[in-house]
Amino acid sequence: MSTGPRDKRMTIDEVVGQLKDGMTIGIGGWGPRRKPMALVRAILRSDLKSLTIVSWGGADVGLLLRAGKVRKLVYAFVSLDSIPLEPNFQRARQSGSIPEVAELDEGMFQTGLRAAAQRLPFLPMRAGLGSDVLVNNPGIRTVASPYAGPDDQHEELVAVPALRLDVALVHLNRADKHGNATYLGPDPYFDDLFCMAADRAFLSCEQVVDTAGLTVDAPVQRLLISRMMVDGVVETPNGAHFTTCTPDYERDEKFQKAYAAAAGGSDEDWQAFHDRFLAGDEDSYQAAVRAFGEDQ
Amino acid sequence: MTDYTRADVCAAAIADAFKDDGEIFASPMGLLPMLGVRLAKLTSNPDLVISDGESLFLAGVPPLFAKADVVEGWIPFRTVFDVVAYGKRHVMMGATQVDRHGNQNISAIGDFAQPKRQLLGSRGAPGNTVNNRTSYWVPKHSPRVFVEQVDIVSGVGPQRAKAAGVAAARFNDIHRVVTNLAVFDVRGTDDTLRLLSVHPGVTIDEVREATGFELDVPADVPDTREPTMEELILIREVLDPKALRHREVPDQEAAR
Repeated sequence: MSTGPRDKRMTIDEVVGQLKDGMTIGIGGWGPRRKPMALVRAILRSDLKSLTIVSWGGADVGLLLRAGKVRKLVYAFVSLDSIPLEPNFQRARQSGSIPEVAELDEGMFQTGLRAAAQRLPFLPMRAGLGSDVLVNNPGIRTVASPYAGPDDQHEELVAVPALRLDVALVHLNRADKHGNATYLGPDPYFDDLFCMAADRAFLSCEQVVDTAGLTVDAPVQRLLISRMMVDGVVETPNGAHFTTCTPDYERDEKFQKAYAAAAGGSDEDWQAFHDRFLAGDEDSYQAAVRAFGEDQ
Repeated sequence: MTDYTRADVCAAAIADAFKDDGEIFASPMGLLPMLGVRLAKLTSNPDLVISDGESLFLAGVPPLFAKADVVEGWIPFRTVFDVVAYGKRHVMMGATQVDRHGNQNISAIGDFAQPKRQLLGSRGAPGNTVNNRTSYWVPKHSPRVFVEQVDIVSGVGPQRAKAAGVAAARFNDIHRVVTNLAVFDVRGTDDTLRLLSVHPGVTIDEVREATGFELDVPADVPDTREPTMEELILIREVLDPKALRHREVPDQEAAR
């Protein structure tokens, strides 16, 4: 009889089957870097609607907006880096089609996730004071320090509300079937915080390996995610495409250009892009991406 | 010494913005700021801590967009936010709009609820401006950028910081605004933009015409200093041999 921790492997569709209309979903990674795109693509194909999306945004946000999945967007920026402005995000904002938006400072995001991860209602910080972040988010309050500062003043700080999530979706390089996972690229981003801020967390990865395999060729400090933070594991090779997943692969700049051209083009341009890449399942997406690469 | 371009002048002016910073993390956003910071590190301030713009602190000073040879530290985004709060950082950001009071907008143009033009979002500007020294780089000085009042306040100028209370004002430090025409600070009357120098070949009237509000212009406005021979060699031979700087600030002579 096995005494090991449980096997949490599941399919992409099983992950999306756990999601419900109206949920608050945090998406890991950063801008166009190490995003759980296979899971995002599966949400595009689903009937899910009225989602609240919390993301340091890239094409994950653009795609979900274009598919009409978002009721509320919580963001500090949405960018593709090499293409600074995300066309689907611009289109949605300029047409006023997102029912509710909350633009935060990018550091406030970390503080809000940290508050949620620590089960606190808020954490104090300076970011936001004096800026229109507080004007455009009238629900965000300030709090007076109970302690006098060096000048005897009690500083009035922003009480960043906890960014509590129903579900976190993250993509790592390697994981075991229990949910322990390593990032092998330059930056962990905030994927551990996303998982801890969420009631449930689903982790996609390039490759599922034995637990011992996680530290065979990577230092133990790369073990960012512990299985106690994770509810499901799904192997999605090339699953962050077209964002970076260093060192497994870098961003697919040619594909990103094609995405941005279609997103910023006519409705017909977008429909053609959608039909070529997004109409089928993840396998057909990956096949279409391979064909696209061979055409270049 | 006349054989220099406007971009070279801008690079030296940006370098000067970092020369008295001591041993802090210099965070340039964009090409000319990156060039200027690296120039400062090779000349006036070797103690500057610089990064690859991703997650590594670089021990050397490589050319623009080259890979580092030696790494001296790790600066993932989570640590960037810690350093912002720690305060040992000087960021030079871009700005789609800057107003008379040194507020900056990179969020959106028009009404926030349904903007005419959605930009990046406020990114780290609100946090930067109430925590660490912040400067701005504007490659095309025009009345569309320099407006009486920004549409959305991302970066907080000194007057708004003071109005928001001691927690906002304590570390608010808007240091320089460098453009393709001139250099400014925000120490004009009532914490407004003040002209510090005009680049060689630019007149004060040109700067006034390119600015959509009344500038504080002191009685005596010097020319921005010319880059030294050492700086020109570093810019041309070491840091930017492909002359990428001229894509951002075209060579005035060549443009004619």
